[in-house]
Amino acid sequence: MYNFEMTRPSTIADAVKALKEEDAQALGGGQTLIPTLKQRLAMPSILVSLTAIGEMQGVCMSDAGEVCVGGATTHATVAREATAYPGLAAMAARIGDPAVRNRGTIGGSLANNDPSACYPAAALASGASIITNSREIAADDYFQGMFTTALEEGEVVTEVRFPVPEKSHYEKFVQPASRFALVGVMVAKYADGVRVAVTGASESGVFRWTEAEAALSANFTADALGDLSLDGDGMIADLHGSGAYRAHLVKVMTGRALKAAI
Amino acid sequence: MAQVSMTVNGKAVSGDVEGRTLLSEFLRIDLNLTGTHIGCDTSQCGACVVHVNGEAVKACTMFAAEADGADVGTIEGQANEDGTLNVIQQAFQDHHGLQCGFCTPGMVMSTASLLKENPKPSVQEIRTYLDGNICRCTGYHNIVKAIMAASGQDVSAIAAE
Repeated sequence: MYNFEMTRPSTIADAVKALKEEDAQALGGGQTLIPTLKQRLAMPSILVSLTAIGEMQGVCMSDAGEVCVGGATTHATVAREATAYPGLAAMAARIGDPAVRNRGTIGGSLANNDPSACYPAAALASGASIITNSREIAADDYFQGMFTTALEEGEVVTEVRFPVPEKSHYEKFVQPASRFALVGVMVAKYADGVRVAVTGASESGVFRWTEAEAALSANFTADALGDLSLDGDGMIADLHGSGAYRAHLVKVMTGRALKAAI
Repeated sequence: MAQVSMTVNGKAVSGDVEGRTLLSEFLRIDLNLTGTHIGCDTSQCGACVVHVNGEAVKACTMFAAEADGADVGTIEGQANEDGTLNVIQQAFQDHHGLQCGFCTPGMVMSTASLLKENPKPSVQEIRTYLDGNICRCTGYHNIVKAIMAASGQDVSAIAAE
């Protein structure tokens, strides 16, 4: 790994300031970034650790009834404390393994936007708001393709607000070696409709399966998925599964998530 | 170089580290605590699991500087004060929960975390929790058995499998 300077600011303001330095890079829990650095795929001059920032830690409820998660909150903490949104807590409880969940953070996962990560599906299916040091971004505008988000250079995810659905569940089919989601689907039923977000499948990253949303908004039962299918074109194809296989898995996982949610 | 100070197995320690120094390197090279093993160095095998402020983490996927001020526990701190094996270590010995022994420090540290959260885990809960600990001798059967025994549970059904 190339060497760098490490800084651990204790406030968001200090972190944002440190990130203005040339080639500065934010460090969340490091569960993706550290392996990346080891492979010399990144060469920051300064790493700005966000995990010592108290105001970015923890889970709480907003006045509007949303579950608010600080950007540097670990998956383990969300799994334990997001009891007001059981679908979210259960999703966080199945990311990686226990040691990874004790370090990995929601902000790191969303900023990285790995096409096979779990959190993007949860945020998109929930219509979450991604709060940064400078603005609020709707999940629908935030995810812009594999490893690409609306974040500007040096912008930090400080908090994520999740409207709590009436019913929800995240189901994933894990790739047996990496345990990442080969395909993961979050189904969330709100008073004004159902949202279905899919990770792991598309070459464009996390996406909403709008046909399923329309069908499930009209009829929240497994029957509603009946004739629906997704095209394998544009789906990720690799040695673990073809595009058509992933497209099929999306429907299967949606059905399982739905069954668990009901 | 920057100075870091932390408590390791109850003792205050400090040292100078580079930004890129991993916690696993600091423990093994600077402190000579080589019980924390580096199996894969890619965050997958769990041989380097240690406790940081009471939580299991992979020491190869955390920087030493991030552990500044933390309370760190390693396999060297697991034995009883009189030097005898603790309940988990003894159960691994009694039930042959190790073959080559390379993964064992991580297995023991993960088990300690599991039993703190869940004092009487089921076989399935043990297997799920150890998702991030790989034993390349594939000795999982006896590892699970040892953990059942360490948590005071009957292992006769496992022995019969």
